Amino acid sequence: MFSKILIANRGEIARRVIRTCKKLGIKSVAVYSEADADSLFVREADEAYCVGKPPVNQSYLNVDEIIAAAKNSGAEAVHPGYGLLSENSVFASRCKAEGLVFIGPPPEIIASMGSKIEARKTMKEAGVPIIEGINTPLENEEEASMAAEKIGYPLMLKASAGGGGIGMQLVNSEEELLKAFAGNKKRAESFFGDGAMFLEKYIAEPHHIEVQILADTHGNIVPLWERECSIQRRNQKVVEEAPSPFISEETRTKMLDAAVAAAKHIGYTNAGTIEFLVDKEQNFYFLEMNTRLQVEHPVTEEITGLDLVEEQLKVAAGEKLSFTREEVQRRGHSIEVRIYAEDPKTFFPSPGKITQFSLPGGEGIRHECSVEAGSQVTPFYDPMIAKLVVWGESRNQACERLKNALENYEVEGIKTNIPMLLKTITHEQFLAGYTTTQFVNEYYLPQLTSTK
Amino acid sequence: MAKVESGMAGNVWKVLVKEGDEVKAGQEVVILESMKMEIPVSVEQDGTITKVLVNEGDFVNDTDVIVEVE
Repeated sequence: MFSKILIANRGEIARRVIRTCKKLGIKSVAVYSEADADSLFVREADEAYCVGKPPVNQSYLNVDEIIAAAKNSGAEAVHPGYGLLSENSVFASRCKAEGLVFIGPPPEIIASMGSKIEARKTMKEAGVPIIEGINTPLENEEEASMAAEKIGYPLMLKASAGGGGIGMQLVNSEEELLKAFAGNKKRAESFFGDGAMFLEKYIAEPHHIEVQILADTHGNIVPLWERECSIQRRNQKVVEEAPSPFISEETRTKMLDAAVAAAKHIGYTNAGTIEFLVDKEQNFYFLEMNTRLQVEHPVTEEITGLDLVEEQLKVAAGEKLSFTREEVQRRGHSIEVRIYAEDPKTFFPSPGKITQFSLPGGEGIRHECSVEAGSQVTPFYDPMIAKLVVWGESRNQACERLKNALENYEVEGIKTNIPMLLKTITHEQFLAGYTTTQFVNEYYLPQLTSTK
Repeated sequence: MAKVESGMAGNVWKVLVKEGDEVKAGQEVVILESMKMEIPVSVEQDGTITKVLVNEGDFVNDTDVIVEVE
């Protein structure tokens, strides 16, 4: 096992990794931007290095400075967290070249899954169902409309390098496709430096369900059940739970098998997630693979009792997984909600100073947060300030605990989405366990206008 | 003359107008980027842009004036 690692991230995930390091007796090294100098994760790490100015491209994406900090500190490995450099194959290669262990899969695998078009082809080879669509980049409107004609509307127009919903749009007709194409292509070029676009058939009433896997470097792959993450706003997840209340045991087994087949086919190692869209008949289709730890990993930890960061470190250090698929039990139900610094009605960001911050306690309540009273929420980074995770013997108990905790969650000085979360998790559609990615549009937003 | 404030702290992602442009009420003049989200800033009245006070890439605070409209 390593004796010292560097965490190339910030906020709650940096704190999360530090916590496991402390448990395992590993020294932790933080890197931070000038905007984060007073942050909790900087204080909690054993060492901390400032790597630049607040904008991410001058600090958290500044590979040279981060590598220099790793070298100066004598760290042996780098944990990339999620977002930022976590799925950057160039960074992963650079770590390797500098003699540092990148805590994640090999660079080639990150690169192959980073292109959604490549990933579609690879998954098809692995025998994993993919959504009907095209597997070559569309150069222009003409090519797009010809391809669309073949598959049939409605369609999802997507950017191959996309993420976070950027460069993605639902199109119902040729007219809408022609209108959407150039703008989304341009956006993909400016955000990801890659304007490759493709089309997939639109799945009605889609459920977003993903399978967590762990794979060691000795050929062992273990699926850690699924997470239901259908409730999203602006194509970003807001509420996540495990197990999914929607799928049958039969579908669950098939999805876990598909995830293992996918990981095996590409030679995956470390923690990874295969995301699927599931239609109302429980047909499932590969959506994308995330080659890193996910924001919502705690719900999997809650139902399995595992520490996923610990498992990541062990795999990166060359150890064998200490359990088999059959040995991973699941117990109870867990739900996570993301607390965002944003207006609960418009979802516009709300940076500012947190004047008061008080967290609810109680059985089955877990907090992952990046802030405290007096913290400044800056406009430079993602608006997520905390995650509230609950566990219950049953889904009903988890829902009750979540409601009580949210009602007693106090954040003052900035706006948060807590009112939106409360409306969501007490909605009959949510309580019935039937959530689709259209939940916010179909149920939450109309609820706002009707109560005006 | 009306001064248009940014309304939110963030980076100037796109400047959509230049001095001398005619604008209509509700028209977007600047797009800010804050916390990974694009936030359009619009003018509230018809008029002519007399001054553009920001450049793409600038950081602005919520009360900073970004354009002036006559």
